[in-house]
Amino acid sequence: MSQPSKVYGLLAEFETPAGVYHACETVRDAGYTRWDSLTPFPVHGLDKAMGLKRSPLPWVTLVMGLTGASSAMALQWWVGAIEYKMVISGKPLFAWQPSIPITFELGVIFAVFGTLFGLLHLCRLPRFHHPLFSSARFDRVTDDRFFIAIESDDPKYDPIATRSLLESAGASAVELVEDRDEG
Amino acid sequence: MGGHHRQLPTAADFTLKSDSLLHKLPVIGGIIGLAGIGGAVAMGGGFHDKQFAYSYLTAFMYWLSIALGALFFVMIQFATRAGWSVLVRRVAETVAATLPVFVLLFIPVILSMHTLYHHWLEPNGDPLILKKSGYLNEPFFLGRAAFYLLSWSALAWYFRSHSTRQDQTGDLEHTRLMQARSYPAIAIFALTITFAAIDWMKSLDPHWYSTMWGIYYFAGGMIGFFTFFGLVILAMTRKGADAFHGAVTTEHRHDIGKYTFGFVVFWAYIAFSQYFLIWYGSIPEETIWFQHRQHGGWENLGYALIFGHFVLPFFFLLSRHVKRNRVAYALGALWLLGIHYVDLYFNIMPVGSAHFAPHAVDALSMVGVGGIFVATFAALMTRSAIVPLRDPRLPESFRFENF
Repeated sequence: MSQPSKVYGLLAEFETPAGVYHACETVRDAGYTRWDSLTPFPVHGLDKAMGLKRSPLPWVTLVMGLTGASSAMALQWWVGAIEYKMVISGKPLFAWQPSIPITFELGVIFAVFGTLFGLLHLCRLPRFHHPLFSSARFDRVTDDRFFIAIESDDPKYDPIATRSLLESAGASAVELVEDRDEG
Repeated sequence: MGGHHRQLPTAADFTLKSDSLLHKLPVIGGIIGLAGIGGAVAMGGGFHDKQFAYSYLTAFMYWLSIALGALFFVMIQFATRAGWSVLVRRVAETVAATLPVFVLLFIPVILSMHTLYHHWLEPNGDPLILKKSGYLNEPFFLGRAAFYLLSWSALAWYFRSHSTRQDQTGDLEHTRLMQARSYPAIAIFALTITFAAIDWMKSLDPHWYSTMWGIYYFAGGMIGFFTFFGLVILAMTRKGADAFHGAVTTEHRHDIGKYTFGFVVFWAYIAFSQYFLIWYGSIPEETIWFQHRQHGGWENLGYALIFGHFVLPFFFLLSRHVKRNRVAYALGALWLLGIHYVDLYFNIMPVGSAHFAPHAVDALSMVGVGGIFVATFAALMTRSAIVPLRDPRLPESFRFENF
């Protein structure tokens, strides 16, 4: 089945961290929302330059941690005091003291899995291909080049105005990336 | 964003102005301190009085734990070759450098030791105590105390003097030496703080056993140090009188906040483990320690510790915004400094009395030892630059940012 190739967006290349940093500020101030910056290493303050909000991930961690901790406590109470009433070495059927380690462990493991899967979800992972990989220039994102990609479904996207914005922001190259079905 | 090309600071930028509060505190703190200790001795009825002996020991252990926390923090910075903390490290070095004064502050403990440690000083044929007399006897106790106090003083001065000498010479050899020496120093510290806590606090009740005791004292002390440290940094960076001229930022305070939070969790882990093991073992000679603290009003302090030393500060300091906000962090830090005292009070005071009965001598001892501690700290702060001017990692600390 062949589909007409769609445009993914524009990919702009920058040569220095400072270059991509200031370009991010320009793109942010121009009001774009569906775009990302891609760098070989973390650039300090880039999240601020992009105008990114704090990630909601910590809330996922908190909720999952509390869920894990409370379900662990509830399970131990139900098992010990309701379903399998057995007195072991004179201890009460249920007491909070020996239940803490399990509560802690389950709290941690729920929080960790919540964080991991929450992160994957927020990053839209796993996926096996990304349109940007079709650009040969983009190979250097793991080496010594810095990129900004603006998606074509951004409401402010315009093939000509967006390109000139990126060029005026100091991009050393701007190219159109297609969203091909690699089938 | 990185890439600022800052001039390296000069001594003039980072020396306290002569009208700073830290220039006045040596005299104010010294007067308050001597008056406090004098008042405590007078009101408590002398060194052999139970009230004075226990109140003073609590106050001594409290301020000592803060100074020891500072020493550990400084050593960890060198052991991990930390870059972020260089700008604030001199303050911690100076808190640790108050340790020699604790040699003098220990004298009242020695003078009241027959009141505090009479259980093992006069065993009266108690077979268990007689078995322990090879360790728990007066000359060995005093010898060990001298060894702990002198090794801490020597370690604190070693790190501070190398650091201040580097201000003059810029010689990298100082950094290399401090890094290499930090590892054995941490081992010495770990052993001495453990045995000191056992000698001075646990031997009050020589029938009781707990292998968590040394680390428990350490854990509380680290909270005491980080909150004290955070408050000093907040005071020194206040608007209009920023001694660091904007160099110490929210990022540095955020890291101090993270350390505070981490040790809140660590303290809870240790405190719970100690309780949990004794609960599970259920051996009368171990449980009696908690049994005693579940009556006579002491149980309220126990609940205060569970909620005030762990649950509340845990959820409060969990937030990044709280750790980075000046007012919120200051409130949390003051709360923790207070609850750290409750913790030591709960551990020491019930040995001397069956009922919870706070006394003016408690407050006088705290103000007394605290006054001397703060006076010494302030006096030392004015004697050198407030940052390690030529530490090789200083530029890294200037640029430090959290993600």
